[in-house]
Amino acid sequence: MNALPIDMGLLLAGVLFTLGLISVLIRRNIIFMLISVEIMLNAAGLAFIVAGSRWAQADGQVMFIFILTMAAAEVSVGLALILQIYHQLKTLDSDAADKMNG
Amino acid sequence: MIKLLWLIPTLPFLGALILILTGSRLSWRIAACIGAGSIGLAAILTILVGYDFLASGKEAYLHVAWNWFQAGDLSTTFSFYLDSLSMVFIFVITFVGFLIHIYSIEFMQEDEGFSRFFAYLNLFVCSMLILVLADNLVLLYLGWEGVGLCSYLLIGFWYTEEKNGYAARKAFIITRVGDTAMAVGLFLLFTVFHTLNIQDILTQAPLLWTTGASMAVVIGFLLLGGAVGKSAQLPLQTWLPDAMAGPSPVSALIHAATMVTAGVYLITRMHIVYELAPLAQLWVGIIGAITLLIAGFSALTQFDLKRVLAYSTISQIGYMFLAMGVGAWSAAIFHFMIHAFFKALLFLAAGAIIMALHHEHDMFRMGGLKNKLPVIYWTFLIGAASLAALPFVTAGFYSKDQILWLAWAGEKGNLWFFLAALTGAVVTAVYTFRMVFITFFGEAKTKISHVPGMRITVPLMVLAALSFAGGFIELPHTLGHFTLFSDYLSPLLPAVTLKEGIETTEWTIQLVTAVLALGGLYLTYILYVKQPQLSNEIKSSTFELHQFWFRGWDFDALYNFVFVRPFVFLSRINKNDVIDQFYTGLVQITEYFNSAFVKTQNGVLRWYVMSIVVGAILILTISLFVQP
Repeated sequence: MNALPIDMGLLLAGVLFTLGLISVLIRRNIIFMLISVEIMLNAAGLAFIVAGSRWAQADGQVMFIFILTMAAAEVSVGLALILQIYHQLKTLDSDAADKMNG
Repeated sequence: MIKLLWLIPTLPFLGALILILTGSRLSWRIAACIGAGSIGLAAILTILVGYDFLASGKEAYLHVAWNWFQAGDLSTTFSFYLDSLSMVFIFVITFVGFLIHIYSIEFMQEDEGFSRFFAYLNLFVCSMLILVLADNLVLLYLGWEGVGLCSYLLIGFWYTEEKNGYAARKAFIITRVGDTAMAVGLFLLFTVFHTLNIQDILTQAPLLWTTGASMAVVIGFLLLGGAVGKSAQLPLQTWLPDAMAGPSPVSALIHAATMVTAGVYLITRMHIVYELAPLAQLWVGIIGAITLLIAGFSALTQFDLKRVLAYSTISQIGYMFLAMGVGAWSAAIFHFMIHAFFKALLFLAAGAIIMALHHEHDMFRMGGLKNKLPVIYWTFLIGAASLAALPFVTAGFYSKDQILWLAWAGEKGNLWFFLAALTGAVVTAVYTFRMVFITFFGEAKTKISHVPGMRITVPLMVLAALSFAGGFIELPHTLGHFTLFSDYLSPLLPAVTLKEGIETTEWTIQLVTAVLALGGLYLTYILYVKQPQLSNEIKSSTFELHQFWFRGWDFDALYNFVFVRPFVFLSRINKNDVIDQFYTGLVQITEYFNSAFVKTQNGVLRWYVMSIVVGAILILTISLFVQP
């Protein structure tokens, strides 16, 4: 089977990443922002996979598993924070949290 | 017993430590016990150690306490060196110091800073003892600066009044000028000898230098600079009259009996260097001669009782410098000891008078105290007689006569030194008895508010006895020829070689001094008791000169013009400190950026993401277009 052309793979990763980024920027709902961050992470993972397959190296897949693990951890922390924010502010609007000035 | 030498400076130090650490929590009774008791114990110990030392017949005793520090060639130990010279000094310091402490208990009883006062005083005694017992010049310098610090603290003791703080700063800064010269002298000594141990330097100096070696002269002058600052001699004498802002016991202990004679100690201690540097030694004499005249004439015109005594102290230390200038080392030390007795007595008596009269310092508002304060009157009179060197009965006569005789007959003496000393003797008699007559005779002008108690009168009487009898341990050739004191110092300090065939004139010189002192007394009696209007006429006819002397020969104005005003002028120009501008600029730029960036921290999450993205794009762009 022919390997996927690398420029196509990278283009797909770039498009995914940009979509994720844009939705982080325009969404106000924190849950959607979290999802968008997940999309960006996966785009980065895809770029690693494509590059790994192009150079026939296992490193790309290692990195992807690493990203996956990190994303799981990040989601668990992120969800906990979201719960807290909702508990405190009774809303999921990220702009409502600006009084923390953080 | 001699092994306990280290305890002598340690006891006052412990006293100071306890008083400082407990602050003002102690009752005045306990504070007084600690303050005076530590010095009393030190005085007893000094007598025991001194007895042991004399009985052992050794020339010196060295006690090495510990190694202080070591740097390259310089190894400095904390060690005390006792010989006949330091013995005289520690005796005077502890004994006179103890009497003054006793006096202070009553004098300072009402004062809020009672225990602070005793802490400073104990610290002073400790530093002074370290100064005279030091076996190396670094330790001596430690004591030297320690007494300077205590002098500063005690002049400004009543710090709520601005002028006292000013006087304290003036004393500190002016003596620092001399200390700098002295420090440079010590550096030079180290480069020459690779050690600062006093005894090593003194044994090596004659081997290394011939008489008149330029290095010896330079070092002699630099050490003289330090001595001049500390001992308030020309040209650094202006701080001492202002130092009278401190309490009277301080003036007695620090600014009459002990600290101001540290310069005399230093030069006598290093006398071998000065004998190798005749030019420096000559200048010691010249400075002494000029100072004793200048200060004597200034004392004639003062109206503040303590300022008369301050100028008189400067003048008497001038005598000691004169004696050292002609190589009469033991005469200088003898005059130091006698001067410590009678000048401490005079200051303490003056303090008692001032206290009795609601802190009145002006002599012309006193008067008629002869019958009201008889004890003070008689003790003051004995001190004054000793200061004026009234012949045959007072200690001052014997010590001063020796200096006059050696200034005339000594190999290094000359006519000018002798004439200066002789004029000084008349002036001394006049200002001393002017002080006595104005203060104690005539009509009473101020009521007495406080009659001095035992703690004040007993030290006065002891000191009076010493100023009376102290002179009999050293009698001139013509009167009994009894030389206990100079014999005692003779292994250390060489005697003066007299000019050829001059011994026969000693009678004449003594007669002249005696007549002049009595003549001065008689003159003053006429001017201030018999015909007081005469003194006023003299004053008004020579008003300009009178004022000139009153201002201390305008040295203050001169220094103000030469040093203070240019300095203030420069500092005003440079008020915003050119170099500081750069650093202020740095701070301002940082603050500007800070206020700019603080606005970006607004708490909106999406705005942060946006900035990260923009930043990332910027960096990517740069890394794409700028090839390494």
